[in-house]
Amino acid sequence: MSGIATAHLADGTAPGPLEPGFADPVHDAQACFRAVLDAMAHPGRVVRVPNALPGRVPLGFAATAIALSLCDIDTPVWLDAASAAVSGYLAFHCGAPLAATPAAARFAFIANADALPPLDGFALGSDEHPERSATLVIEVAGLANNSGATLRGPGIRDEIRLGAAVLPARFWTERAMLGELFPRGLDIVFTCGDALAALPRSTRVVL
Amino acid sequence: MSLAAPHDHSEPTARQRWLAVLAKAPVTRLAAAWESLGDKPAYRLLRRGETGLVMVRGRIGGSGSPFNFGEMTMTRAAVQLLDPAGGVAETGFGHVAGRSVRRAELVALFDAMLQDPARHEAIIERVVVPLAAEQDAAKAARTAKVMESKVDFFTMVRGE
Repeated sequence: MSGIATAHLADGTAPGPLEPGFADPVHDAQACFRAVLDAMAHPGRVVRVPNALPGRVPLGFAATAIALSLCDIDTPVWLDAASAAVSGYLAFHCGAPLAATPAAARFAFIANADALPPLDGFALGSDEHPERSATLVIEVAGLANNSGATLRGPGIRDEIRLGAAVLPARFWTERAMLGELFPRGLDIVFTCGDALAALPRSTRVVL
Repeated sequence: MSLAAPHDHSEPTARQRWLAVLAKAPVTRLAAAWESLGDKPAYRLLRRGETGLVMVRGRIGGSGSPFNFGEMTMTRAAVQLLDPAGGVAETGFGHVAGRSVRRAELVALFDAMLQDPARHEAIIERVVVPLAAEQDAAKAARTAKVMESKVDFFTMVRGE
């Protein structure tokens, strides 16, 4: 514990003792997996994760549930400065190693979207193995389907709007440049409290 | 000059000793000891009991290289004791052979209580010492039974 004593949680408070994970690990992880699956199948749609974490959550609720459901010893995790205090929690509950650089990570948790590293700094996979890319989980202050960027592509009837407050302006230009690399690319999940919305690599953003 | 490493693994620590005793205790004895406690501490489960497999590694003799001896079923749990204000005090861990979730949680509870100076003495005296004595007696009885059939081989000194 002493190694993370100087780091702070996203809300500025010092990390307390370790918090418990899912109350019912198997079924709660399945429910979260289903929510992520729905979100990925319907890009842009805001989906809620059933709340099942008894303690104080170290990241946003949905982001924490994603970490508990999807991360394990085979998925190096990269944490931005604002979520660095979660490393002890992830090590205890997921056994996930920390990635030293964004390029080495399979999952990245970003609590402060303003300080998002350049998207092409993350692993984008290769043409032979596009699955060897990173999944970004970005906590935002608000998610809405009545404003914001217009999305088109597989899983979307006509088009859908997704407002993620607030992303840096460069995010959408960097994301548009990744579109040319398909099937390489990044899968992105925006989280806000217990809500999440997905932006898989197959989705086109109409600027 | 001492060449001992900063963390010497040759001698088990006090915590390793009480965990070894608790982990080998039957669940009925642990449950009875817990029920007989006058003031049960408030606690929460940090990690609910979960059952999995561990690879047991072995070594032939003292010099052979380690090899994977086989897998065994193991259950682990972690609990946190709560102080009256609702804050987290000691954290205890339990690892037991087999699939008894209750047993792993009880071991974790006693481990946490043993780290609390206010409870340490009483738990050692009332729970750990009797269990250790029983385990030692059972081991001694088994050793004695095995020793009955021990054959000492020796060679007579042959004359020139």
